Amino acid sequence: MRTRREFLSVSAKIGVAAALFHGLPGVSFAAAPGSRPFVVVILRGALDGLSAVPPYGDPDYAAARGPIAIGRPGEARGALDLDGFFGLHPSLPLLGERWRAGELLVVHAAASAYRERSHFDGQNVLENGGDRPSATASGWLNRALGALAGRGIDGLALGQNVPLILRGPVPVASWAPSRLPEVEPDLLARLRDLYSQDDVLSARLDEATRIGALADEQGGGMAPAGTAVASGKTAANAGGVERLKLVAETAGHMIAAPDGPRIAVFDATGWDTHASEGGAEGALAGRLAGLDQVLDALRRGLGTQWERTAVLVCTEFGRTVQVNGTRGTDHGTGAAAWLLGGAVRGGRVLADWPGLALAQRHEGRDLRATTDLRGVAKGLLRDHLGISEPALAEVFPGAERVAPIKDLVRA
Amino acid sequence: MPLSIEPLTRAAIATNRFGFGARPGDLAAIVGDPRGWLLEQLRKPYQAPRELEGLASSREILATYLQLRQERAEEKKRAELGLAAATLVEPLRAALVPHYVAQADARTRIALTSPDAFRERLVHFWANHFAVSIDKPICLGTAGAFENEAIRPHVCGRFADLLLAVERHPAMITYLDNQRSVGSNSVLAQRASRRRQGTEALRLGLNENLAREILELHTLGVDGGYTQADVTSFAAVLTGWSIGGGEGRDRAAENGGGAPGAFVFREALHEPGGRTVLGRRYEEAGIGQGEAVLRDLAAHPATARHIATKLARHFVADDPPADLVDRLTRIYQAYEGDLGQVSSALVAWDGAWLRDARKYKQPHEFIYSTLRALSVLPHEPKVLLASFEALGQRHWSPGSPAGWPDRQADWDGADALMKRIEWSVALAGRVGDASPAIAAAETSLGPLASEHTRSALANADSGSQALALLLMSPEFQRR
Repeated sequence: MRTRREFLSVSAKIGVAAALFHGLPGVSFAAAPGSRPFVVVILRGALDGLSAVPPYGDPDYAAARGPIAIGRPGEARGALDLDGFFGLHPSLPLLGERWRAGELLVVHAAASAYRERSHFDGQNVLENGGDRPSATASGWLNRALGALAGRGIDGLALGQNVPLILRGPVPVASWAPSRLPEVEPDLLARLRDLYSQDDVLSARLDEATRIGALADEQGGGMAPAGTAVASGKTAANAGGVERLKLVAETAGHMIAAPDGPRIAVFDATGWDTHASEGGAEGALAGRLAGLDQVLDALRRGLGTQWERTAVLVCTEFGRTVQVNGTRGTDHGTGAAAWLLGGAVRGGRVLADWPGLALAQRHEGRDLRATTDLRGVAKGLLRDHLGISEPALAEVFPGAERVAPIKDLVRA
Repeated sequence: MPLSIEPLTRAAIATNRFGFGARPGDLAAIVGDPRGWLLEQLRKPYQAPRELEGLASSREILATYLQLRQERAEEKKRAELGLAAATLVEPLRAALVPHYVAQADARTRIALTSPDAFRERLVHFWANHFAVSIDKPICLGTAGAFENEAIRPHVCGRFADLLLAVERHPAMITYLDNQRSVGSNSVLAQRASRRRQGTEALRLGLNENLAREILELHTLGVDGGYTQADVTSFAAVLTGWSIGGGEGRDRAAENGGGAPGAFVFREALHEPGGRTVLGRRYEEAGIGQGEAVLRDLAAHPATARHIATKLARHFVADDPPADLVDRLTRIYQAYEGDLGQVSSALVAWDGAWLRDARKYKQPHEFIYSTLRALSVLPHEPKVLLASFEALGQRHWSPGSPAGWPDRQADWDGADALMKRIEWSVALAGRVGDASPAIAAAETSLGPLASEHTRSALANADSGSQALALLLMSPEFQRR
């Protein structure tokens, strides 16, 4: 783990430019010291929850999944046991450690309000927080930031652009590592003037400047000494999982910084496993192993702030119960989600399990959704971030009857 | 065209909104008839750009891929037996990356030099409508070839022809996993279940990915009125739409062979019998059954509206005016999906010529218009392609079959803006003194450059700084 001293030495290397940014008026984040970090990770493409969190105890699981079924705990490359009924995919050992530490709460057979099978509409509903595609033009996490207005809590998207969940009236920053040289402050000042009649570009430039300063301060995606990436290489130059790990770790530093943004989003693609999905080994197993490491890098980056953090990992919908004709799975309904972090009351599975038998499935093919993800999100916003119930009604329009789930986080 | 807008402004709008930006001299060349310049591009008979000469075909590239994957599988078996294993993934990438680089380089050069930039934009638009993404390894080599083989010849032809060319192209078949989708009553499935009696049956069956995305993304649109039953039924119709070569000796022999890497209809995988899709019955006709469904989808009113909306959104505004969408929908239907007519109607619509640019450039549009304005053509393909990666839009990598999104909010993140600034500064540092910024502003924006921007350029403290300011000006960031 990196110490504050190491950050300072990295920051010193980056040099004068960061210090200059830092001196500009109005460019520092102003997080309330007491605000608790909240991170949402969106897995785009529809993660197969029946492989990520196999219900190995369900009598119909092994037969329905055939060649891609995850074995029972104790078998070679079998599931990592959770509670005698559910397990974790064997490629998720670090997540398993969080479970044992009481920091992982598994939600299963869950879904947004969406019941069709389009990825793009499904992601839209997951992110807009309403009851149908394009129900609102903004995302629920941006509206949550609006409800927190005045408490000095800022939002951050990890990536060049801002995904729908964090778009809306409250300005948010975005950040991704860069391999291009840094820009002189004089040019930025001139651009600020050039954008004086352009509300969007001037707001973006302000956000970019202050998040850039914070990123430089917190490592800027520089590889920590002693990692697999050769020293001096930035995250921008690393590939694949290594890059994502460095981004996640830097994001953790940024969120944990005294003046850092407290609400952040990042997403990962590649979960649309229609063919040759694999079981304990194979395509999905490889993806999950990468995700396992990326989530752990985020934890390391957060340092002691991890204790106060909740991370929601979710996907637009689940996949068919039955394996399809090409050893993969097609678009389904009920999915798994994870709540992760020191603030989470973990070591539990939250599921009203509907069963996998043909008659128990949604439309005869999918895992039924028995938990509304909006209830999970509402519970987190209320109990983790302190958003009042009346304000929650505006964050999730059309979800009046979806109650916030209690006791997701530690008091 | 609104006559209140003076000709040079219309020329600047024609090159920026409908093309990839003006090169030196372009505005003067078309100022006499900017709209005629666009319409003429749509009427020209198709001719493959010479930049494409010498590129490998999708069939050759896919055959190489299949061969290497086969070798890799054998290598893996040997490794499992404890024999020394070479690196298993690297040869595959090493064989495909040069194809990708050559294809992306050719595409970039065409976009930077083509006098028919509107037509080229349409190629990019349709390639994105029918997106395949290189993050799926099997598409890394073939994405560019797909654009050249299935898209380019048809962008001014009939939508039905474009659709049929796309859905039977090996790149689309493999991107959406149709090559091994098998009817449960097909000859192959029946044979497999007889052979495996008593043991756990190897289930051969449908993969509905291609059928769903054709309905949702390529034709009707997500609100086009289809159901899950339509998806499943259409997936059965499409069984047998596959590629030659591949999955092992017995399969190739049993399933009707076909040249490795080429499209092939495998009768043995096809679900026999008639099927109902969108309320219409399609009798068994082998490959003809799927072709008939595709022709009907192309003629469907929901498809007309879906295409009209996307075209209007791409060229005019994120939320396109309803009367434009209505007009394009009617033209599409009246001319039986003639895309040349639809694109002409777009250009003919006066509302598309408003002076205010309402589209924020996507990264590739920003790169093309910059390099065109400066007449810069980097020699080293990898240097050029690194720019697309740095700004977040590598060629053919949208990451999903929905393609790149097409609204400002998808592209105007704070970090994305900073990346554009960094890139502009780096580029300006190299070419700034040789390309006076004020001249470049006249070349590319002409009367669209505001007084505010002109004075910022005039007051810059160096040529390269002025150029960076021009590229990042609000006018240059939009089209």
